[in-house]
Amino acid sequence: MKEVYEVRMHARAGQGAKSGSQLLAEAAFKEGKWIQSFPEYGSERRGAPTVSYTRISDKRLRTHEPIVNPDAVLVFDPGLARTIDVTSGLSEESGILIVNTTDSVDEVKKQTGFNGKVYTLDATGISLDLLHIDAPNVPMLGALIKVTGIVKLESLEEVIKEHFLEKLGEEKVNKNIEGLKRAYEEVSK
Amino acid sequence: MSTWKALTGAQAVAEAMRQANPDVVAAYPITPQTPIVEQFASFVANGIVDTEMIPVESEHSAMSCTVGAAAAGARAMCATASQGLALMWEVVAAVPGLRLPIVMPIVNRALSAPINIHCDHSDAMGATTIGWIQIYSENAQEAYENTLLAIRLAEHKDVLLPVMVMQDGFIISHGVENVEVFDDEAVKNFVGERKPDRYLLDVDHPYTIGPLALPDYYFEIKRQQEAAMENALKVYLEVGKELSKISGHDYPYFEEYKTEDAEAVIVILSSAAGTAKDAVDELRNEGKKVGLVKPKLFRPFPYREMRKALEKFKAIGVLDRSMAFGAYAPLYTEVRNALFESENRPKLQSYIFGLGGKDIFKSDIKKVFDELLSGNLNPEEQRYIRLRG
Repeated sequence: MKEVYEVRMHARAGQGAKSGSQLLAEAAFKEGKWIQSFPEYGSERRGAPTVSYTRISDKRLRTHEPIVNPDAVLVFDPGLARTIDVTSGLSEESGILIVNTTDSVDEVKKQTGFNGKVYTLDATGISLDLLHIDAPNVPMLGALIKVTGIVKLESLEEVIKEHFLEKLGEEKVNKNIEGLKRAYEEVSK
Repeated sequence: MSTWKALTGAQAVAEAMRQANPDVVAAYPITPQTPIVEQFASFVANGIVDTEMIPVESEHSAMSCTVGAAAAGARAMCATASQGLALMWEVVAAVPGLRLPIVMPIVNRALSAPINIHCDHSDAMGATTIGWIQIYSENAQEAYENTLLAIRLAEHKDVLLPVMVMQDGFIISHGVENVEVFDDEAVKNFVGERKPDRYLLDVDHPYTIGPLALPDYYFEIKRQQEAAMENALKVYLEVGKELSKISGHDYPYFEEYKTEDAEAVIVILSSAAGTAKDAVDELRNEGKKVGLVKPKLFRPFPYREMRKALEKFKAIGVLDRSMAFGAYAPLYTEVRNALFESENRPKLQSYIFGLGGKDIFKSDIKKVFDELLSGNLNPEEQRYIRLRG
């Protein structure tokens, strides 16, 4: 793995990308990494486009610049690609694009103009099925770690439990973990 | 034993406040300071601290409550940002003259207008002339440690002045990082309890606070405030040495990074200094002799020490995250002042960056270094980084 691994998440406010970037960072933190998780703040309202970042490193992180050349990009709503250059700075040789969509990989390539490694996942479908809400963040993380291996599945499970057990209760936490694992299995190339 | 946690800068400061367990906290939420107060309020609600938390209707009231509590003899804290600091200004300006050791974390944010919630240093730099001590933090870890140090510095009998502890809005306050939280007991022993010589609730020893002082004594009281500021320079280092025993970190007036044989250095505050250190490393790898100086203690300003540190360089770029409109920028002004007494003044260049949250990248810092090394400098000109043409 690279010395510093950088992830950018494009979503709509309310889809949980800020939490997603933090859950990912905390999972890496558990594995002894240096981490940063930070969102880009605009004028917040549900449905507005958001960007969140995660940096994971073996050495102490000092920089506080935004991520412009991410190693992986997660797109929580495929509609965002119509107005935002979601693959900006993403290398077609080494970069990874994961989109929450029911479209095929080829269709996503056409929509984004990105011809590197593309993966798709119906994260919204998984979330609706298990939790009856559109919260694709946890499934998207499942796909990311399957494709990249940047953190272990168990680390993320642990972090999800820590964050949500008190707030959501055991049943919903278990559903979230089920969503994480389903995404881990279902992500397609 | 210390514990590593994944915390935002705001949470890190709330941790410092938890460990210090102040008697009173009065605050009003304002972006991007809100998560400090939010987190601390949850400590209060969960009985983790026994602080009297006073939710107030405005920042003016927040600082008024804090002043009242501190005058009564309590360890009282507040926290604010930007417009909040502006609104409480009347009371903020009175605190140093009242000699109340209030510690107030500030989450630096641009001032209106135009309205903007993002980071720059306009809020705190507007408060450099009224007698508050100011400490700037690069990251969440420093914000945490500086808050602990500030409590002891403020309450020291030779100082008795209020302290603002700065962190960059959103970049630090809302960014999650690895933070080492020191052992609760060790920190509690370090901060101790506030033991004021005199306080309003000590009814056996009544004293007057905040009286009218006409031309007969106003000036003399202000002169004492200046003496306290001079003392703060010494006490800052003493208290820092004590904190070092817990943290293992040093608390100099300013950090010098790869400056030993440097020809060109930049002087820069807060979070952008972290980004700039990475730029320094990359340029060092290319064989360029560059370095960085990051002031931590900005009020009182350590002029003599800064002169000695800076006069050996050929060129110095000073990067300010605020402007002084019609005057040289705040940090640049102090660097110029510090170097006036020098026999061999380096070439200076003033840069403004990052107002209203405008991003700054390593590549921008490298361009500054290239300019400094090229010698194309004009010390009377203010240059702007990433400004739209």
